[in-house]
Amino acid sequence: MSKKSEVVTAQSERTDVAHALRDAGLAALLAFALFLPLIGFWARNVGEGLLLVTRWDALAIVVLIVAGGRLFYSLVAQPWLKRQRARRTEIAPPWRTALAKWFIPFAIGFVIVYPLVAIAGAGMRGSIKWVDNFGIQILIYVMLGFGLNIVVGLAGLLDLGYVAFYAVGAYSYALLAKTFGLTFWILLPLAGVLASFWGILLGFPVLRLRGDYLAIVTLAFGEIIRIVIVNWVDLTNGYAGITSIPRPTFFGIPFNADDNGFAAVFGLEFTPLHRTIFLYYIILALALLTAWVTVRLRRLPVGRAWEALREDEIACRSLGINTTNTKLTAFAMGAMFAGFAGSFFAARQGFISPESFTFIESATILSIVVLGGMGSQVGVAIAAIVMIGGTEIMRELDFLKQIFGADFDPTKYRMLLFGFCMVLIMVWRPRGLIATRTPSVFLKERKTISAELVKEGHG
Amino acid sequence: MTELRDSVLRVEHLTMRFGGLVAVDDLSFDVARGGITALIGPNGAGKTTVFNCITGFYNASEGRLALLHGDPLLWNSLDALTAGGSRSLRQANGALFLLERMPDYLVTQQARVARTFQNIRLFPGMTVLENLMVAQHNALMLASGFTFLGLVGFPSYARAERAAIEKARSWLDRIGLTARADDPAGDLPYGAQRRLEVARAMCTDPVLLCLDEPAAGLNPHESAELNALLLDIREVHGTSILLIEHDMSVVMEISDRIVVLDYGVKIADGTPEEVRNDPSVIAAYLGVHDEEVEKVEAEVGL
Repeated sequence: MSKKSEVVTAQSERTDVAHALRDAGLAALLAFALFLPLIGFWARNVGEGLLLVTRWDALAIVVLIVAGGRLFYSLVAQPWLKRQRARRTEIAPPWRTALAKWFIPFAIGFVIVYPLVAIAGAGMRGSIKWVDNFGIQILIYVMLGFGLNIVVGLAGLLDLGYVAFYAVGAYSYALLAKTFGLTFWILLPLAGVLASFWGILLGFPVLRLRGDYLAIVTLAFGEIIRIVIVNWVDLTNGYAGITSIPRPTFFGIPFNADDNGFAAVFGLEFTPLHRTIFLYYIILALALLTAWVTVRLRRLPVGRAWEALREDEIACRSLGINTTNTKLTAFAMGAMFAGFAGSFFAARQGFISPESFTFIESATILSIVVLGGMGSQVGVAIAAIVMIGGTEIMRELDFLKQIFGADFDPTKYRMLLFGFCMVLIMVWRPRGLIATRTPSVFLKERKTISAELVKEGHG
Repeated sequence: MTELRDSVLRVEHLTMRFGGLVAVDDLSFDVARGGITALIGPNGAGKTTVFNCITGFYNASEGRLALLHGDPLLWNSLDALTAGGSRSLRQANGALFLLERMPDYLVTQQARVARTFQNIRLFPGMTVLENLMVAQHNALMLASGFTFLGLVGFPSYARAERAAIEKARSWLDRIGLTARADDPAGDLPYGAQRRLEVARAMCTDPVLLCLDEPAAGLNPHESAELNALLLDIREVHGTSILLIEHDMSVVMEISDRIVVLDYGVKIADGTPEEVRNDPSVIAAYLGVHDEEVEKVEAEVGL
């Protein structure tokens, strides 16, 4: 009996290896066909014509990497993932529950002291980059991710044109601040209201559609807003964009080197870092507000109705829930947070143009939500740090020049890294980093719900 | 026909056409208040279509679907309401609703007709308790001041939420699922999912509960439990029940009245005893003409 089973396992292992080799061969073939025109041939400009250069070595390396990756996946990664999934039902180890308990307070504490850490680490001069490019930039995307998470993660409505509301917020702030001289603190809520108004306006005709159709129409809406901005030159100044947008002040005290500037009033030496840190805390407060509101909303009937809508729309209607209104509130709420983020963006940059609101922005925000795990705030925050922080950190990897030569530019490989991260996450965790759902209410104990039961929504 | 029958729902001349297909043809029947009415018939007879018309999921091609809350005297105003354009008539002693004029969610929200589905439609990724909380959406929405008061943590909302949890718990006790309140609904065994769907519908405080094959896929023991639950609902809440069922042990045991449908036409309407002995019903179920019933019965030994 045992001998027989040994034979069987040996046999199945052999077929496994054969299968993996065949898979790897197929992947190599596919990679060869795909990369032959992309990498194998290189058209170079020489004087009066084009010279076709072949790069067989680079092509061979890429094909080998793909084949090796596939072989590794089928022989090592796939069996490992299978074992992991089989153990899924086991009780989580104590370190993990402790981590889950302490992670959020620790993370919030860290982001609050982060500017001080940056100053301590990089000095007054060097820390601007760390607070601005890393802190503020990442937090804008965290906030946008939280906002889109309401629409996509909770209500299950696939929105590919989210950047439109971000643009509405940014242009609302820029135009109203320049034309009427209103201040940041008045325009911030106003931009949110305007964006959510546009969210509702878009929502009315669109929410009859579901799934793919909804996605396409929201995508079109995003493009319409951008193209209107480009072409309505009288109002928006078209491609040239809007310059010298008023910057936020510290309760009326501007951040400049004047006698009535922030530094002079508080008896400090002038440095642009003051404004950067001020902006950092504004966007941090906005992101935390978004997170807090979302957490509260999930426990209110409207939030539960959003999630019920994602699970089963027909059942919702049978329980007397007005699904149109419920979807509209999700749209309006998501759009409002994008409007806040947009007006902050305009105030921080001082310059906006349609370039900042292209489809790739929508795609980035959506991929943050999907990678993070739909519906999970912590997941979205981590995904934003990885995606946006990852892009920024590429600029810092100068030491790679010593390995690959002086003309090696790591930022050129940004998209490659993006794609690699996506593939990795989709293999390792198909439902995002944190895919489990936490119930909004409980009787005895709060048990997390496995992703396999949670629906993704279809409209 | 007296005008003062104590019925909660009146279906009159209901016709539903899908293109050239007539799924329900000139169907009229009453659902008695506080009673259990069964709608039976062979597969494809149009039973679920009738349900979908009553609950507003389909717009009926023709016919009137009138539902009453409160005083039966209000039935006298039915024709006046129909002649006028409005959906409902509300008075101090009750209300009258024309369901064919209402969209699906209003049928539940205002006319208070709840339903379950043939293929169970729970929210599988939400817990058992959450399923029952979603069912109390409209009451909680009002208590949360349409989200605004709830968002700032107004005490009246906290009270309403506690009451809603308490109500959900009492239903869980009755369907025997209290221990599984915090488990996802998708993890429950089939029979428990059926019971949960009935409890969820009941959490909307309906006057009329429409059950689409509640006993489908249940074993005899679970069927008996379901019977007890339905009788209990009628006893304690006075909710009228309209059910579609194939399981004759359920139908014959608990129904007060049975309406039989075949090819969208009503072929019988009466007490279980009457319907059981109706030759046209037997013919429809056996799939033969009326005249041949006796012969076939003799063959199969009925």
